[in-house]
Amino acid sequence: MDDKDLDLLRIVEENGRLSAEELAVMTTLSARDVEARLHALEEARVIRKYTAVINWEKTGSGEVSAIIELKVSPERDFGYDRIAERLSRFNQVKSLRLITGTYDLQLMVTGKTMQEVSRFVSEHVAPTDRIRETATHIIMKSYKENGNILFDQQEAERLPYSF
Amino acid sequence: MRDFVSHRAQVIPPSGIRKFFDLVLTMQDVISLGVGEPDFSTPWNICESSIYSIEQGVTSYTSNKGLQSLREALSRYLGEHYHLTYNCDNEIIITSGVSEGLDITIRAIVNPGDEVIIAQPSYVSYAPCVTLAGGVPVPVECREIDTFKLNPDALQEKITPRTKALIINFPNNPTGAVMRKEDLGAIADIVTDHDLLLISDEVYAELTYEGKHVATATVKDLWERTITLNGFSKAYAMTGWRVGYVCAPEKLCEAALKIHQYVMLCAPVMGQVAALEALRSAEDEKNRMVNEYRLRRNMFVSGLNRIGLSCHVPEGAFYAFPSVAETGLSEIDFSERLLKEQRVAVVPGSAFGVGGADHLRCAYAVSRKQLTESLGRMETFISGL
Repeated sequence: MDDKDLDLLRIVEENGRLSAEELAVMTTLSARDVEARLHALEEARVIRKYTAVINWEKTGSGEVSAIIELKVSPERDFGYDRIAERLSRFNQVKSLRLITGTYDLQLMVTGKTMQEVSRFVSEHVAPTDRIRETATHIIMKSYKENGNILFDQQEAERLPYSF
Repeated sequence: MRDFVSHRAQVIPPSGIRKFFDLVLTMQDVISLGVGEPDFSTPWNICESSIYSIEQGVTSYTSNKGLQSLREALSRYLGEHYHLTYNCDNEIIITSGVSEGLDITIRAIVNPGDEVIIAQPSYVSYAPCVTLAGGVPVPVECREIDTFKLNPDALQEKITPRTKALIINFPNNPTGAVMRKEDLGAIADIVTDHDLLLISDEVYAELTYEGKHVATATVKDLWERTITLNGFSKAYAMTGWRVGYVCAPEKLCEAALKIHQYVMLCAPVMGQVAALEALRSAEDEKNRMVNEYRLRRNMFVSGLNRIGLSCHVPEGAFYAFPSVAETGLSEIDFSERLLKEQRVAVVPGSAFGVGGADHLRCAYAVSRKQLTESLGRMETFISGL
């Protein structure tokens, strides 16, 4: 991992759709070198996926997301890993993190309706062994996702010319 | 009625791009590469700390020199980043941008008839400031074959018994040229031999893409005869806050401070508070912006060379300075027609003094998308010539 790799990672994290040629001019590498490096980073699972940041609210899909916090009794020898891995298998779980504070695990869960989310939590999450307590927070509006501001911002005016 | 305008105000030239300015205001969908400022907004933690201080009623004058806390932080910052040693009590003045710092510096040192050599192409304010102070600006050309660095022999030729000072600006606006330690060493010898003062505008210091910026005052024995000018505008995207600073040995600083206290009193306190936050906790934000400029530079300069506008790789600032010699058009005709026909605004190099003919200043402080679009439009324009 060198500076050029870091450059590539920063660029594709922000925009994963640039061509190898475009990445090459920015990083002063050859297109072939860019492809080889990206391939190596993908193989090493440093790059996990190329994806899009979508403001689903604008599609009118009415999808519901919730942040769910769990208090978990850790298992001898395994800590939180086994239960976290088990919960991760659900497609409804979009992210899952071990956190400090009052709760132990924090999940982001998505469903088509409020009922679907609540059924998922009450049927699949809450009854799981070793989960002692859950707190469900329905997301009412998202302002920023993955470093991207989702609301419309006023463009600052700049002079057309300045020295 | 008498003509009330002073001779000095009459002789300084009007803006070199007035007609472009008027033209662009009548047009739609213009991509402007004519802007000498970052396209980023000031990092929010900087804005927020200034807003908070206003809420707390921090709205009065500060000491003439600027907030003690800001000068202390600055003194530490300059030491840690550039090995510059300036005492916060008597060798630093916070100014309303580098523009004011330049003005008070020149007025503090120039007597009527003193010659001040200005390395050009350069930012447009140096010569008028010298003229307004009663001095005589003497341009020295930084040539493309020297990658727009100041050539010691060229400097030597311009020195007369009346020469008082030299003004340099590296990383340079408009060429993006950078002077390395050895380049500055050769200049240092001449400056010292002829007992000149060196005014070094280093406002683009943080925007140095290969290696680290070398502060002029740290080279050889230059410290005692150097006035360092810098500010927050470019590195922290803070142009509208108007905060700069003058660093100089005590005697020079004292003279500049006298002028500053009469003409400006102090830099706006809101800007000073913001600048303090910038020094305390905007290092990552600054690095993120600098890194983005570097990527854009690579992309834009390679694009310029591809479409037939030959351009050296600028090592600092956020300007590319391509040559239009191959196109057969003058830089002024090229700029005007490019704006009218393809709606891309650039600044003709000749607006920056000697050495700027046949070149364009293109600021790449715009989004990558706009850079790509502007390259496409420029290519269309050139292929239609």
